[in-house]
Amino acid sequence: MSAPHNPDEIDIVHHLVDGPPQVFGLDLTMLERFGVTKHVVMMWIAALLLIVLLNIAARQKGDVPRGLRNFFEPVILFIRDQVLMPNMGKAGLPYLPFLLTVFFFILMCNVLGLVPGGATATANISVTATLALISAFVTHFAGIRENGLVHYLKAIVPPVPFWLWPLMLAVELIGFLAKPFALAVRLWANMTAGHIVILVLLGFIFLFKNWGVVGISVGGGVAISLLELFVALVQAYVFTILTAVFMGMALHPEH
Amino acid sequence: MEGLGVMSAGLGAGLAVIGAGIGISRIAASSVESMARQPEATGDIRGSMILTAAFVEGVALFACAICFMIQQG
Repeated sequence: MSAPHNPDEIDIVHHLVDGPPQVFGLDLTMLERFGVTKHVVMMWIAALLLIVLLNIAARQKGDVPRGLRNFFEPVILFIRDQVLMPNMGKAGLPYLPFLLTVFFFILMCNVLGLVPGGATATANISVTATLALISAFVTHFAGIRENGLVHYLKAIVPPVPFWLWPLMLAVELIGFLAKPFALAVRLWANMTAGHIVILVLLGFIFLFKNWGVVGISVGGGVAISLLELFVALVQAYVFTILTAVFMGMALHPEH
Repeated sequence: MEGLGVMSAGLGAGLAVIGAGIGISRIAASSVESMARQPEATGDIRGSMILTAAFVEGVALFACAICFMIQQG
């Protein structure tokens, strides 16, 4: 798939950064001139897998879930009852499909990044920044639709003494920018950091060229891969619950 | 001068790890304590423990990402 490596010159960074669209042995280089890159193809694969799997799960009839529906239903109920309801209440139910989409898409991108031959689309700051921007837009849209534009703008600053008002306005406006920024960088840094650790552990092989590091490289790599699997799940959950918290704050500004 | 940059990146990553280690262990310690006091609230406590640990970890990873960029640039 890639050019043979010179063991004295290892380039670990090309596993992390975006590149020509070659994943899982698929060579889509002819799409490169349309701006399609490795991470774009990974996002297509994630979206396609989700469309197929979730449609199969959703089409199943009957009261007793079986097969794929049995797998997805507890996750969806968890998002609804543990993430959405405590943070947003009943007013948030129209946004359940959005939260589920965000959760499953990020989860699928994270997990596909752990499959050998793939790439992690969420380890690209542009991808996570776009996801965070979408989440910010939906948050403000939900707040304005629920409270009306005037009331929403008035509620940006909580009731404080008037001489504190300019300071609070500045703080809240910085908060508007900081929330999506933190969402984007958290997801990106988490996904990138885990891959760097795995690559560094495997890089010991090329660094020492000694049988003694096999235990560290292979054992450590396996352990960090398992941790990555957990982190992939936790980061999808964290992105979703933070979006729910911010949306809850926009929907019910007094609290 | 490039050596200094690499050294500062390493030092920065180490300092970030110290901070995150202290933060996450404090979260873990107090949540284990409260789980022992109130075993029936274990589920709720575990949820907020993971969430706050992810916050702390996120801040530490901001620092690590900056260190990585220093080392690259």
